Amino acid sequence: MDLNFTDQERAFQSEVQTFLADNLPDDIAAKVRLGDGLTKDMMDLWHSILNAKGWLATTWTKAFGGPGWTPVQKHIFEEECCRAYAPRILPFGLNMLGPVLQKFGTAEQQESILPRILSGEDWWCQGYSEPGAGSDLASLKTRAIREGDEYIINGQKTWTTLGQHSNKIFCLVRTSSEGKPQEGISFVLVDLDTPGIDMRPIRLIEGGHEVNEVFFTDVRVPISNLVGEENKGWTIAKFLLSHERTGIAGVGFSMQALEEVKSLAHTIRRGAKRLIDDPLFAARLAKVEIDLEAMKITNLRMLFQAQKQGAPGPETSMLKIKGTVINQELRDLARRALGPLAAPFPGHVSDGNILFGPADTAFNAARYFNNRKTSIFGGSNEIQRNILTKTMLEL
Amino acid sequence: MDFNLTEDRRMVLDTLSRYLQDQYPVEHRIKVAYDAPFHDPSEWSELANLGLFSALADESVGGFGGTGFDIAVIFEALGKALNCEPVLPLVMASRLLGFAGRDQHALLEGVENYAVAISEPDAPYELSHINCTATSEHRLSGRKSAVYGGQIAKTFLVAAKAGNILNLYQVDAHQAEVISYGLIDGGGAAEVLLDDTPAELLIENAVHALSDAVNAGIVALCSEAVGLMTVSYDMTVDYLRQRKQFGRPIGSFQALQHRAVDMLTEIEQARSITIKAAAELDGAQASRYASMAKNLIGRASRLVAEEAIQLHGGIAMTWEYPVSHFAKRLVMLDHQLGDTDYHLSKIIDGLASDLSNHNAA
Repeated sequence: MDLNFTDQERAFQSEVQTFLADNLPDDIAAKVRLGDGLTKDMMDLWHSILNAKGWLATTWTKAFGGPGWTPVQKHIFEEECCRAYAPRILPFGLNMLGPVLQKFGTAEQQESILPRILSGEDWWCQGYSEPGAGSDLASLKTRAIREGDEYIINGQKTWTTLGQHSNKIFCLVRTSSEGKPQEGISFVLVDLDTPGIDMRPIRLIEGGHEVNEVFFTDVRVPISNLVGEENKGWTIAKFLLSHERTGIAGVGFSMQALEEVKSLAHTIRRGAKRLIDDPLFAARLAKVEIDLEAMKITNLRMLFQAQKQGAPGPETSMLKIKGTVINQELRDLARRALGPLAAPFPGHVSDGNILFGPADTAFNAARYFNNRKTSIFGGSNEIQRNILTKTMLEL
Repeated sequence: MDFNLTEDRRMVLDTLSRYLQDQYPVEHRIKVAYDAPFHDPSEWSELANLGLFSALADESVGGFGGTGFDIAVIFEALGKALNCEPVLPLVMASRLLGFAGRDQHALLEGVENYAVAISEPDAPYELSHINCTATSEHRLSGRKSAVYGGQIAKTFLVAAKAGNILNLYQVDAHQAEVISYGLIDGGGAAEVLLDDTPAELLIENAVHALSDAVNAGIVALCSEAVGLMTVSYDMTVDYLRQRKQFGRPIGSFQALQHRAVDMLTEIEQARSITIKAAAELDGAQASRYASMAKNLIGRASRLVAEEAIQLHGGIAMTWEYPVSHFAKRLVMLDHQLGDTDYHLSKIIDGLASDLSNHNAA
């Protein structure tokens, strides 16, 4: 047993640290730290910086332009990015569609689409969930009917993250009602400029706009936009899900949040004392720090296992459950620490008209509320428990 | 023993509930709560005309209620409607003006708004931490934070220290620098910046009066939370019945059923401790039971808010679906008049002194 990285891994780690110190723009890191939304320009800029370095498509094989990292290197990179408050790279094109096309796409699809993901010319978003198909994704109803060499798509997708910045969407659509619901689903690529598509914003609990609903009315898409075989889209969806699993614990984000709460607890005062001197608050913080310390090792153990087996196993559902709970607890503490100063609506104090307590705090209550999504999306924690029940318990 | 409402309170409750349902439903509240002035001025006058504010004040000051149970009944109804009118500062101001022996007809008629300025950035909850200072000529300096209802107040009732004595002063809003803003859970507040600001002394050595106002405010907030939790629970169980996944209502899954039952049990406990705090409001142990109530309510509110969101799933994360606004209010209520930890520490202090009495005996 040895918890240390190898010499090569440590050398890689300092290479990443140096790169981030030299290349991550300060204004972008500051916005990430604050929890304020990034502009599309900022996201594009960071995307192009990573692409120039060849560190953008971390899940792609070398043949397609990936860096060819081991899972441990990938983990080190992600953790260092969090430590430096680098923006999260959006997964839809890079970590979802990219690997799908590399495994299931035609040579022509790979050649025409993959380079445009790297260059940032195409922004992809995801058309999976529907109003009636969330946890039960296989019950999706958006239909694609074949007519000549086109599909005609009708239906509605929802929770489309950052669709407002996207020009492309990959969708799961129903191409057959025969057999089990999973057997009639296909994976189709759609240009968002196609006539008949209407994207509408969904305003979230804290007031922000990051998700959308997308309506399809007689949208015509060439058959060549089908990925893999017709009615075999569920296989792709499952493959994609297993890809989503690495980094699922969000340890890096929780480490950010822990640092933030510690800093707040040392800055904020309750009378003559610091908040950290309040044993009740300190106990909350200590407990979650213990949980996070354990989670880091659990995460590494599962990573080690994945590296040995070649793919993460179902036990990674534990990472999702515990990882989101730890992160949500930390966001609760950040909000709680501020006391009455957490109350203002974020937009009302972010314009600098009030010096509102310690800096960096204006978005804390909003982030707590927004973060409730993490135990719901990507397979809710209840669905993760179902997966664990089926695969681990042998009841 | 009788847990039924008296006839008088039943009538107030019925009138108020019907009014809110017809004239000030949740959809209207969500429209007005997030834009200046963060409430509906014409509805505020209507609530005054209904006699609501008088029902929150004692006969001796011109009202016809004002006990813990009056406050509890009215605030539970306001909570069920997710109301964002600044009734809480009115209740607290009425009690403080009562202690000061001041006329409060204008307050109870809803024509003159008061806000109570206690919290400070470094003294969010504890009276003995207050740093705002007063000179012997009653000029005040300091910053009061998150003053609820401060966005529409003409007059601030300000807790400030003259030497070591905590007094209560009255400050004209025009004399102070008032920075108004909306709240993440709807409604409004203000920062009040005082810099050698002229004031009038209302109560000398006001610790008892302020504690009473805070205790009354806590009964109000806890009752509001009970109303909010009740509706959040109802919406959640409705959703469990209606929402189908995997070919059946999600409410048929035992894993979700048990969690809804836990919500229900917590709400009953929350209701009980609130009844106790309301019953004790004018007694010698008012602060102790207010602290117990606010602690339990803080815990129950967070559980109910988070579970309401989780059991709904994505839909509860949207602005459009009202349960998100109930959840925000339930969580942010913990940031007013002492949070879960603060009130737990008060109960711990009580335990410690119980024990020292024990040892002495």
